[in-house]
Order: sequence, then structure tokens, then C-alpha cells
Amino acid sequence: MSAWFTPRNVVVAVLLAFLALVPVYSALTGNAFLMTLFTRIVILAMAATSLNLILGYGGMVSFGHAVYLGIGGYAIGILAHEGIGSGFVQWPIAIGASALFALGVGALSLRTRGLYFIMITLAFAQLVYYFGVGLDRYGADDGLQLYRRSQFADPINLSNRTQFYYGCFVLLVASIYLTWRIVNSRFGLVIQGARSNDRRMQAIGFPTYRYRLICFVIAGTMCGLAGVLLANHTEFVSPAMMHWTRSGDLIVMVVLGGMASTFGPLIGAVTLLVLEEVLPVLIKLVATPIVGSAATRAAEYWQIVMGPLFLLVVLFARGGINGLLVSLRRD
Amino acid sequence: MTEALLQIEGLTKRFGGVTASDGVDLAVQPGELHAVIGPNGAGKTTLIGQLTGEIAPDAGRVGFAGEDITTLAVHARSQRGLARSFQITSLFSDFTALDNVALAVQAHSGHSFHFWHDARSEAALRQPARETLARVGLAGREQILVSSMSHGEHRQLEIAMVLATRPRMLLLDEPMAGLGPEESVRMIALLRALKSELTILLVEHDMDAVFALADRISVMVYGRVIASGAPAEIRANAEVRKAYLGEQDGQ
Ligand SMILES: Nc1ncnc2c1ncn2[C@@H]1O[C@H](COP(=O)(O)OP(=O)(O)OP(=O)(O)O)[C@@H](O)[C@H]1O
Ligand SMILES: [Mg+2]
Repeated sequence: MSAWFTPRNVVVAVLLAFLALVPVYSALTGNAFLMTLFTRIVILAMAATSLNLILGYGGMVSFGHAVYLGIGGYAIGILAHEGIGSGFVQWPIAIGASALFALGVGALSLRTRGLYFIMITLAFAQLVYYFGVGLDRYGADDGLQLYRRSQFADPINLSNRTQFYYGCFVLLVASIYLTWRIVNSRFGLVIQGARSNDRRMQAIGFPTYRYRLICFVIAGTMCGLAGVLLANHTEFVSPAMMHWTRSGDLIVMVVLGGMASTFGPLIGAVTLLVLEEVLPVLIKLVATPIVGSAATRAAEYWQIVMGPLFLLVVLFARGGINGLLVSLRRD
Repeated sequence: MTEALLQIEGLTKRFGGVTASDGVDLAVQPGELHAVIGPNGAGKTTLIGQLTGEIAPDAGRVGFAGEDITTLAVHARSQRGLARSFQITSLFSDFTALDNVALAVQAHSGHSFHFWHDARSEAALRQPARETLARVGLAGREQILVSSMSHGEHRQLEIAMVLATRPRMLLLDEPMAGLGPEESVRMIALLRALKSELTILLVEHDMDAVFALADRISVMVYGRVIASGAPAEIRANAEVRKAYLGEQDGQ
């Protein structure tokens, strides 16, 4: 019993309870913004969870992971634009396209290591980004409006914001659970072994390439699903969804929260995205008495605060926030 | 004469100007402990690398159990029963000792496309791993992280990793490297026990160990096998004494 009562687990439990109650709070106070913000957080936490599978557990530093947000999202956007609104058609196609793309990118990039791997994943993501920019029929640079969210059979109605939020939340928890099962399975140990010492893995008889490739595909597929949700959430897709800075954000979430930890990506996503909202307000609050109206401009530079914060975590907490919370226990 | 388990013919590997393997011919009979000795840089590790498939030879052929394995992938050779240990310890340092060995067991218990069941609770993987750890003298150290084990323990674990793959033949690259006198004695005892079960190619600088264990010895110098024979023949060989054993005596 007391083995479960650790600072990390308490934080995770409180976080999950809070996320489960966001719609209730939002309904009671009429705060729609909070609901919108946390729907986005939940979806991006799912994307970060998928990245953690390859980055944290597999040691595959993909710098193009947001491309799957784009592929999943654009599949929905394009199909809707062409008059196919059924989620039963849209979702499998979106998820299948993400899986297929991951298979192609993985098959090529996993033959390389280190910096080359980072560069190849980035290059493929940029390729798709510019492809999106060139899609004149689908809004090119400006993106594409979804006139309607994916249509499912009756009790399911994604246009109901509460229902949609809980749908995303359940899928997030399912992704975290699935990832946890995977990384502790035979497959997961192979993936982690290959991160730790690929040479030894092959020497003891593992064809590691095919395992890493399947892992890469699982992560891409999961992120593609997050893209499907994101498109339905914003009712809009644009190349910006898969811009390399978005891939960078996902990496920051994973590293900040704690690589190769079950809840690290969730913690990281919440921390980063909440700070993104809170820091500008804080800066404005603190700066207004000092510099007056210039504080509004100062608030635009909230990243100047975020950057060093991230650096501190990377330098002094190797396991990210999750690692910090776990180490609180040892005293 | 029985057919050799491992048959090496004309194996050649060049690294720029260095010829690390220069037409190496070598045959290891089933059940034999064949030692390969030679000065630093003679090409012993490079030879093992070519036998396991990590290094592609420029020319020559490797046969194992009647099959030509010259171009076989590293993992496929392990699956055929050819297992190597590393001169420079190569383990999963962020895993426990038991996890390390259990992975080696797992590598030889079917494919690993199992995504759901907790592998650390599978007795079929853990039990053989425990037994292998006990065999190399690491009983009671199962849950220790490899990164916090001593060098001597790392060398024991190297052997456990090899044994856990249930091989037909071992390729051991300096298993005694860096061991203290007591640890060496224990390692020799372990190798002697293994020798009765497995065919072994042993690369080693420790001459006491080599002459205590080997059925046959091959001497490598500058990538060539300059002599091959029973320990007594090697000890008496003038060329070997000059090229290798002599300078050892002079140390
Ligand atoms: N990857 C490589 N690239 C270039 N040269 C190499 C490479 N690997 C080995 N060599 C060279 O090949 C020669 C043989 O090296 P090898 O490691 O096989 O010797 P060794 O007999 O195992 O030596 P030691 O007893 O010191 O372990 C050496 O001259 C070494 O410098
Ligand atoms: Mg060597």
C-alpha cells in the first residue's frame, strides 16, 4: 500500500483526477477557454506519449514526429473536403496513412544512427510540410477549414465538446497504458536493449532492425491518431501542424517530463502548454509596475523564461520532472 | 578425421594499409578447445569479428557445422549456435544482471513480437537466466544494475550472456582481461567446466590459462597464423618462441 504512496504517484493521480474533472469545472464556471486548452493538452500529451516510445524507450531521436499529426489531420481534412464525413471511413484511412508513412520513413532512417537519423526524420517531415504548403486545392499555406467534425453512429457525437474531451482523455489514458504494456513486454525489452547496446543485441541473436521498425510504426500510428483528434478539435488543418518547431515541442515535452517513464510525456505536455499560457500573464503582471505599458511587449518574450527553465531540467534532472519526483522519495 | 565444426579458409581483411587477417586458415574440431594467441594487434579480435559477422572479410570463407556462413547476418549466426564474448565488456549497463541474461535467453526462445505480457514475470526466461548467473558465480547478484558491478563481475556476466544463448560453440575474446589472480583462477575453473560441454575458440593473453586449457593452439602474428598444433608443439616451436613466447619470457 505505502509502496504506491510516493510523491510521483500522488502528482500523477492528482493530475489525472484534474484532467477528468476539467469539463465539470468548465461547465460550472462557464470557462470554455479552459476546456479548449485542456483538450489540446490531452491530444498533444498523446502525441508526446507516442514519441516517448521511440525516443525514450527506443533511443530513436526522431526530429520529425509532428509529421504524423499532419498526416492524421490532413487525412481528415482532405476527406471531409471531398465530402467523406464519416469517421468510420476517415479514421481508418488517417491511421493507415500514418502507419504506412512511418513504415517508409522508418525503413530508410533506421539504417542510420545518431545525427543522420535525426536529420533523415527531419528531412522527411519537412518534405511533407512543403507538400502541404503546395496543396493548393486544400488551402496550401493557409490551411483548410473542417466544416464538420468526423461523423460517427448515434450516441457518439464529436461536436459535443464534453463528449469529445472525454473521448480524447480516454484515448490518452489508453495510449499510456498500451505504451506501458508494450515497454515491459518481450517486444519492449528488445526495444530497450537495442537502445542500450544494439551491438550486443545482435550478438545474442536479435534481428533488432525489424523490432525497431515495428516500434517506429506503432509510435507513428499513435501520433497519427493524435493528429486525427487535433484536426477534429481545431476543425482546421494547416502545414503548421507539422512544422519542425512542433516536432521540437514534442521532444521538449518528453525530455521535460522524463524520457522512458510512463507518465513523463503527460507531465511534460501539461507543464509546457500550461506555462505557455501562464508565463506571458505572469511576465505582464510582474513587469507592468516596473515598465508600464511596455510589459505587454515583454510578455511576448515568455520563451526567454521557458528556455532557461528547460535547460535547468535537462542539466540537473536527467529524468525530467518525473525523475525529480521519484528522487524526492529517497530521503 | 571428423569434420571440423568451424572451418576458416583464406580469410583476409585489410584496414587501409594494415592487413588484420592475412589468408587465415583454421579448423576447430567438435569438442575441442582451440586457443588463438598472438601479440597485441595481431588480428585476433578482427578474426572473431569476421566469424560473428560484424566485420565483412575481403576474401575467404567461414564454414560452421557444414554450412557456409560467410555472408550470414550477425543475429543469424547466433541463432545457428555461434556465440561470442567481448574483449571490452559490452553489456546493457542500465539493466540488472538478471535482465541482461534473460534477454539472451529470450533471443533464443522464439520471436519477440509479444507486445502485452510482462516479460519480467515469465519463468521460462527468468529461471534459465538465474541458473546461468549461478553457473558463472553471480548468484545473489541478480538485481544489481550492471553499471554498479565490478569489472570482475562484468567479465563473469560476459560469459553468462554467451551461455544463455545455449550455443554450440563459444568464441571467447580474452575472458581473463583485467582480472585479478583469484578471479583468474575462478575463470579458468569455469572455462575448464565449459570445455567438456562445448567447442571453444579462446583468444587469450594469459599463457597459464592457455596452456592449462587448450587442446590445440594457433599463433597469430600480423594477421597470419604462423603455427598451429598441440600445446607441447607450440611451446617447442622456434618461430613461435622468437615471435611471441620469447618476448613474454623476457618481460
Ligand atoms: N575498425 C578498424 N579500423 C582500422 N584498423 C583496425 C580496425 N580494427 C582493427 N584494426 C587494426 O587491425 C589490427 C588487428 O587488430 P585486432 O584488434 O584484431 O588485434 P588483436 O589481436 O585483437 O589485439 P589485442 O591483443 O590488442 O586485442 C590492428 O593493427 C588494429 O589497429
Ligand atoms: Mg583483441
